[in-house]
Amino acid sequence: MSISARELDDFRAEAGAWFTANKPADPGFLLPQSFMEVGTDRQFEFLRAWQRKVYEAGYLGMAWPAEYGGGGRDQAFQDIATAEMARQKVPFMTNTIGLSWAGPLILNMGTEVQKQDYIKRILSAEDIWCQGFSEPDNGSDLGNAQLRAVRDGDEFVLNGSKIWTSLGSYADYMILLARSNTEANTKYEGLSYFLSPMKTPGIEAVPIRKLTGEYGFTQTFFDNARIPDTCLIGEEGKGWQVAMKTLTFERAVSGGQAGGVHSMPVFAGEVVELARHALRDGRSAIEDPLVRDQLVAFLIEERGLELNNQRAEIPGLNTEWPGSIAMARKLTHSEWRRRLNQFAVTLQGANASRYVDDPSVLDGGRWQRGYFNAFSSTIGGGTSEIQKNIVGERVLGLPKSD
Amino acid sequence: MTEQTAASDILFSDEQTQLMEIAGTFAAHKAPISAVRRQLAAEHTIDAELWREIAGLGWLGIAIPEDYGGSGLGLGEVVAIVEPLGRNLLASPLVSTTLTAQVILWGGGDEQKSQWLPQLVGGAVAALALTEAHGDWDLTNLTCTAERQGDRLVLQGGKTFVTDASMADLFLLSVTLDGAPALVLVENSVLGEGALRREVVIDETRRSYGLHLDGIEVPAANLLPVAGAAGCLKRLHLAACLLYAAEMCGGMAGVINVTLEYLKTRRQFDHFIGAYQALKHPMVDALVGLEQARSHLYHAATVFDMAVASDQRGEVAVRMAKAQAAQAFAFASDRAIQFHGAFGFTYECDAQLFRRRALWCEQQHGDGPHHRKHLAGLLLD
Repeated sequence: MSISARELDDFRAEAGAWFTANKPADPGFLLPQSFMEVGTDRQFEFLRAWQRKVYEAGYLGMAWPAEYGGGGRDQAFQDIATAEMARQKVPFMTNTIGLSWAGPLILNMGTEVQKQDYIKRILSAEDIWCQGFSEPDNGSDLGNAQLRAVRDGDEFVLNGSKIWTSLGSYADYMILLARSNTEANTKYEGLSYFLSPMKTPGIEAVPIRKLTGEYGFTQTFFDNARIPDTCLIGEEGKGWQVAMKTLTFERAVSGGQAGGVHSMPVFAGEVVELARHALRDGRSAIEDPLVRDQLVAFLIEERGLELNNQRAEIPGLNTEWPGSIAMARKLTHSEWRRRLNQFAVTLQGANASRYVDDPSVLDGGRWQRGYFNAFSSTIGGGTSEIQKNIVGERVLGLPKSD
Repeated sequence: MTEQTAASDILFSDEQTQLMEIAGTFAAHKAPISAVRRQLAAEHTIDAELWREIAGLGWLGIAIPEDYGGSGLGLGEVVAIVEPLGRNLLASPLVSTTLTAQVILWGGGDEQKSQWLPQLVGGAVAALALTEAHGDWDLTNLTCTAERQGDRLVLQGGKTFVTDASMADLFLLSVTLDGAPALVLVENSVLGEGALRREVVIDETRRSYGLHLDGIEVPAANLLPVAGAAGCLKRLHLAACLLYAAEMCGGMAGVINVTLEYLKTRRQFDHFIGAYQALKHPMVDALVGLEQARSHLYHAATVFDMAVASDQRGEVAVRMAKAQAAQAFAFASDRAIQFHGAFGFTYECDAQLFRRRALWCEQQHGDGPHHRKHLAGLLLD
């Protein structure tokens, strides 16, 4: 499909104007920076309404098939709309697991009924989705999931618990990896994958308090919860393959996500501004040579990551380790974000000791809270250490670690 | 930054991709690391036959207009050659010859251009005589002088780190003339006995010389007529940084591969040592550093030729590329020695060759902190 540059430019102008006109006003309370940080009902309801508005205006799921509620247009349009959202720093789309992981997964390997039932409601945020991968005893070792799913006629009976369930208190559905066969040849072959309803007797989501002091996710308990076997996605016993496919969406190695921004971006330039206003020995911190050196190092790294994204699209410049940039993206971006927030905290001088809710804290405590929350990305979805194993083994071809 | 349209910051032509492939094959077959090692004891960095091949491939004329026998492309295309040639640590006067030709192109008179550019395209060797004993990276910090005496220029002072001087047909020399920086072309034939003194340098693939200028005279016509040679020197400095960044990216890819090979074949405690996370994870750090260095490099290659005096984009891109490459190559080559264990401590292990190359490249034309300092002025003030 070829689209003229003119058509895309016109669309950019149209989408840009819509976001300018419809960008929500400051709600008067601190908004979270990603779906992993949604901690209060008012934050959730605000973000859910915003996603619905964006979808109804036609700027979300633009490349998803029209018969399921998508826009049926070329991906180029969604990319432009997403870029406009980022540029105008509008609030993020809160149904991230539905939009970016579960949705593409269902479109990729779900049944016709599943597509009809779920896709449109993911886009409109009528159904909120969460993910049930990690367990209290099995975090990074996903293949060792122990939550039991025992077949009983045309139902499965679920027992066990999942943990670190972002949006767990609000979710209608969970993508759930469970052990349906304890006698399989390998731990991987005993797994099945479900699109499990959350509003089910026997399923209870208990909020967990985070290191920030806020509530952002739950431990989800399953006590003889019964779900129909039509909730299976992929074959019974093939859950590992479905989970691996999910991770390619989660890590953006595969395309097909609904689009939209999913976290509030942080820019090194914002920390430069912070340094301008912070004081060192009676002068602006930005005059301090050591501060300058660190700021420039962050700017170089930010630019490098941005240029990486552009280069990744040019096959001739990725011949040596194809896929390396995409495979390392979560690692590089999450670590950069953590370090940048940490540096921003230290720039505040003695005031770095203040925290969220203190009336004098800088920027509402954004940097302090941002630093702590940044660990959600360096730990969640496979820790940075696990990411390094993956890149080391799959990109560099190093032998597996025992 | 997000306002940039996708892929506009890195443009790589089919020509560049082809050049990169050809140079990669050339480096693998004509200059494997074993050959580079054999060359360490030779008089020159490169044997005459291989240099003639490089000239024959047209690589010395890539960024020279067709009128002078070149291909009419830019330094961005030279990057596509220099990176793969750096992979196995081939040393040659390609960069110094290219840079000298560029300076003649930017600031030379018509006669100088028509006299020298076709020769340099054809394989004449040019050496850069810019750095002085004080080691300052500021190329306008000059103690060497030229003094007019009739239609002659009398030179005085000394230069250092003049690589490939013993092969050179022509030297590009920076001096102070009438209190301002000036650039002078010095032909090999005017150098007397003892003007060149071999230096012992950390990168043993290089042949570096001190150049003693006292007593040397050249025709005044050898002066580059450029108004404001300081600007020319700055542009030369940035062009050198661009090509050093390319050389470093090549070397980084080389040393990462050399180390990976060892980690995949060396066994200890019943495991290939690459299975140990203490070694695996830093290798990923090295890879991440290289990927960013390459992205900065290709961006700098894209904008360098577009940059005009008033456009800081080229300068920012080049300084970022050099700073990133220096930091990442230092890490990758330092860890390469360590990860080879006791073998890494030997002269026989190639890791040391890469570490030495990285140190040379970092310390010529500004290290990471130096470029970050200049970037701070461009980006923060």
